[in-house]
Order: sequence, then structure tokens, then C-alpha cells
Amino acid sequence: MPRDTRSRRSRGWGNAITGYFERHAQTLVSSLGRLLSMPLATFLTMAVIGAALAIPGCIYVLVQNARSVSVAYTDALDLSVYLKAGASESQAHALSHQIGLRTDVASVRVVSASEGLKQFREWSGMGVALDALKDNPLPHAIIVKPRASQADPSVMLDVMQRELMAMPGVDQVSMDAAWVHRFLALLDALSRTLRILAILLAVAVLVVVGNTIRLDIDVRRPEIEVTKLVGGSDAFVRRPFLYGGLWYGLGGGLIAYAVVSAFILGLSGPIDRVAAAYGSHFVLHNLQGGAVLTLLLGGALLGWLGAYLSATWQLAQIEPSSEK
Amino acid sequence: MIRFERVAKRYPNGREALVDLSLTVSAGEMVFLTGHSGAGKSTVLKLIALIDRATRGQVEVAGQSLAKLKRHQIPAYRQQIGIIFQDHKLLYDRPVWDNVALPLIISGVARKEMDKRVRSALDQVGLAGHEHNLPLELSTGEQQRVGIARAVVGKPPLLIADEPTGNLDPDLALDIMQLFKRFNAVGVTVVIASHDLHLIDQVGGRRIALASGRLAATDTTHTSPLSTPSIYAS
Repeated sequence: MPRDTRSRRSRGWGNAITGYFERHAQTLVSSLGRLLSMPLATFLTMAVIGAALAIPGCIYVLVQNARSVSVAYTDALDLSVYLKAGASESQAHALSHQIGLRTDVASVRVVSASEGLKQFREWSGMGVALDALKDNPLPHAIIVKPRASQADPSVMLDVMQRELMAMPGVDQVSMDAAWVHRFLALLDALSRTLRILAILLAVAVLVVVGNTIRLDIDVRRPEIEVTKLVGGSDAFVRRPFLYGGLWYGLGGGLIAYAVVSAFILGLSGPIDRVAAAYGSHFVLHNLQGGAVLTLLLGGALLGWLGAYLSATWQLAQIEPSSEK
Repeated sequence: MIRFERVAKRYPNGREALVDLSLTVSAGEMVFLTGHSGAGKSTVLKLIALIDRATRGQVEVAGQSLAKLKRHQIPAYRQQIGIIFQDHKLLYDRPVWDNVALPLIISGVARKEMDKRVRSALDQVGLAGHEHNLPLELSTGEQQRVGIARAVVGKPPLLIADEPTGNLDPDLALDIMQLFKRFNAVGVTVVIASHDLHLIDQVGGRRIALASGRLAATDTTHTSPLSTPSIYAS
């Protein structure tokens, strides 16, 4: 192929691609301009979308904060492994070494029977009664501290308890984890509720945007007919409405983020006081980078999808007028 | 360029707009469709513009059977035709420039080229300098010129116009017809539906007379009288 022809062809492709992006950029900006030309109506639509997105946003941020609390307390949980009566202290050390090799164990410490009795004597105030005993009734024990894990802490602790219980020489493994189970079950239920709510509210956003775009298309019907008469395809006519939906969704996402931030700000004072009462330094966190991005992009995507569904259906019904 | 072969059009309300109509328009011709209101002039143009489809028969434009065109192919087909309406069908909330540029925006013409062609089209219809006016700031005749500029800006090989001078006074009407004549002179095929025989006589062009959806008469030269007795003879 001659160099001139190749060069012309590549320039042609270059112009086509540039023109394509230029047209989209123009439509993107002009659709925003159109929305800004009716600020109240635009804000109200965005506010409804924002409210719909803010509800799951608030629940999500609460669940995430509660989960961080549960993880902190789970990290503080120890398992007490009591050896069978008659097991020697050297057996306790051997077993502790074996447990320490587990990947889910952060540290182990042997509490010998005599050390246990000494501690019990100090804490219980029953020294005289204990002196009356001929033998030490306490077994050797091993305190096991689990390693922090990404896995569900309640499941992880359950598994570890069962496995330690099955080790030779172990009589009993105790852990005060009932409250952790209950708390995590509650969080799990909340997470599921959040997912269902998010789906329902996403449908609500689709309906809100779809209806707004339907009304907009109705208002612009004559313009659409003219555009189709001079050769505008459905895709061309649909484009500004899609960008409109995108802006509605993005605006709704921003409002939702503002609402969630206000919610966190409003709660942080009382939560700080509760935390201080328990001697904790817990601080309520707002949505983080990834979650903020998901909220904004999710809003924009829902807006676009609502507009796409509505505009595609609506525009297929509009053709340049004819006698009926 | 255009061929109608035994074309019939019946609307859903039962009205027969065209009955067994056959006609041909060659490339580069200027043709007037004449006839009373309800004769079928507008229906012929609607079938050409694919605003409607024929109930029976064959419509061909530039060798392409319109019956075979699928819905998604219609926009590309319409981009090859310049359509002018009696009521202008302008976007009244947009300036003249936007109205005229619309076909070019749809075709994806680059901004610089678009600007050049819009100015040229406005210049051809005598509206240079009115780019930023809104249509309602212009007279009816000027609005019709904007419609014509929009129709020709994409340089289509075929122009169709439905009563383009219907709302204009005689002088303005003649001006508009002269514009069509000028486009025809550079090779554009022009089909105009009009009932104004006096105006057509002044402009010159082949006439196809319709009556009740049928071909009533046609002539072969633009200066000669109709070759068969016209329904207007009386």
C-alpha cells in the first residue's frame, strides 16, 4: 500500500476516534449544563437518589465499625487448655510447644498447677481453706492466644477449640465466647439485611431515574422527532439521557456520602462517651476510599442503567409523526 | 433515483392515501408533486423519507428497496436525504447554528469542518450572520431558509420538501423556489410537494399530478403543459 494512502487512512481513523470522543465529551458537558439549568428539579431528584443510597451506606458503616470492635475483642480472647489430672509439668510444656507450632496461634504460656494454685490463693482470699488441702487439686494449664485472622473469628475460635480438645492429655478447653457468637451473629444478620436493602433501594434508584428520564423524554418529544427525521439513530438520541442519568446517579452518590458523613459526625460524640466509659479508645470511622468509590460509581452506574432502560423503551415508541 | 411501482398506502384509520401509484424520478431532476389536499403528495414524501411504509408495492430510492430496510438502517438512509417541511420543524430553543449543524453532529463531522459547512449553508440561503439568532427571532421565510440550510448542509443527493412555501407570501415563496432551483442546478434531485401551480409555472420543473392517491398526470419537460388533461384543467 502506498505510504500516502496508509497515512491518509490512519489520519481518517484518528479523526474518527477523536470525533467520537469529542461528541461524547460535548454530550457529557451539555447534559450536565441542561441539569444545572433546572437546579431545583435536579437537586430534588438527586436528593431522592441520595437518600436511597444513604440508607444502605449508613448501615454499612455501622456494621463495619461494629465488626472492627468485635475483631478487637476477639483478639483479646484467650483459650485456657486444662490438662488431665496426673499429667506432668513436662508433658504440659511438650503440649504447649506442639500448640505453639500452629499457624493460628500467636503465643502460648504454661501455667503450672502450683502457679495456678498460688494465683487462686491470691485472687480468691481463701488461703486458709486451701491450706487444709493435702494435694493441689488444680491441673496444669496452657493459655493459648489466637493469631488475628481475616476469617470469621467465631468460626476460627470454634475450630481451634475443637482441635485443642482432641489433643492427647487435654481434659477441657474453655473460652468465654458466647457473647462473641451472639454479637457476630447479629452483625451477620445486619449484613444480610444490608444486602437485601441495598438491592431494593437500587431498584428504587432505577425507578426514580427511569421516571425522571421518561418525563424528560416526554418534554423533549418534538426535538427527538426532528432529530430522528434528519437521521439521528436511537443511540444518538439516547446519549444525552444516558449522561443525564449518570449525572443524577453521581450527584445522588455525593449526597449519600454527605448524609453518611453527617450521620457519623452526629453519632461520634455519644459513641466516644460510651467508649470512654469502657476505657476504650474506639473511634467511629466514616466510609473509607474503596467504599466511597463504590458509593459514587455505584450511584453513577445505577443512574446510567435507569436512564438506559427508560430511554431505550421510550425512544422505541417515538417515531416522526404520521397519520394514525 | 426514485421509483414507485404500484404502491398503495392505507392508514390504520382506513383511509387509502395511495392507490396503485407508479412513478419515476430520475437523478438530477426537479419534480413537483401537485394535487389537491388529500391527493397523496405528502404520503409520497413520507414513504420516501420512511416516515411511513407502503402497504403494497415497491418503493426504491437510489436503487435501494425501502421495504428491505430494517429499523436500525433508517437513520443512515435518512442522512442521505434532505427533508424540508411546511412547518419548518426547527428546534426553537436552539440557535440557528445548532439547528443547521444537527445533521453534521449526527454524522460525526469534526467541529472545524462543521463550522465551515454550517456557515456555507447559511450563506447559500442568505442567512449569513444569523448563526446566533433563535428561530423565533427570524421571520417565517427566514425560518424556512434555516430548514433548507439544515436540509442541504449534509450535501444530500436528494432533497424532498413538503409544501415548503405554504406559509409564505408570493415573493418569498418564489425566493425559496429559486433556492431549490439553484441546488438542482448543481445536480441535487429535488422533489417538492406543492399545490401552487402559478408558482410552479414561474419556477419550471416536471409536474406529477396526483388525485385521490392515483397518478392523474405527468409531463416530461418542465416548460411544456401537462401531457394529459389535468385535474386542474377546469
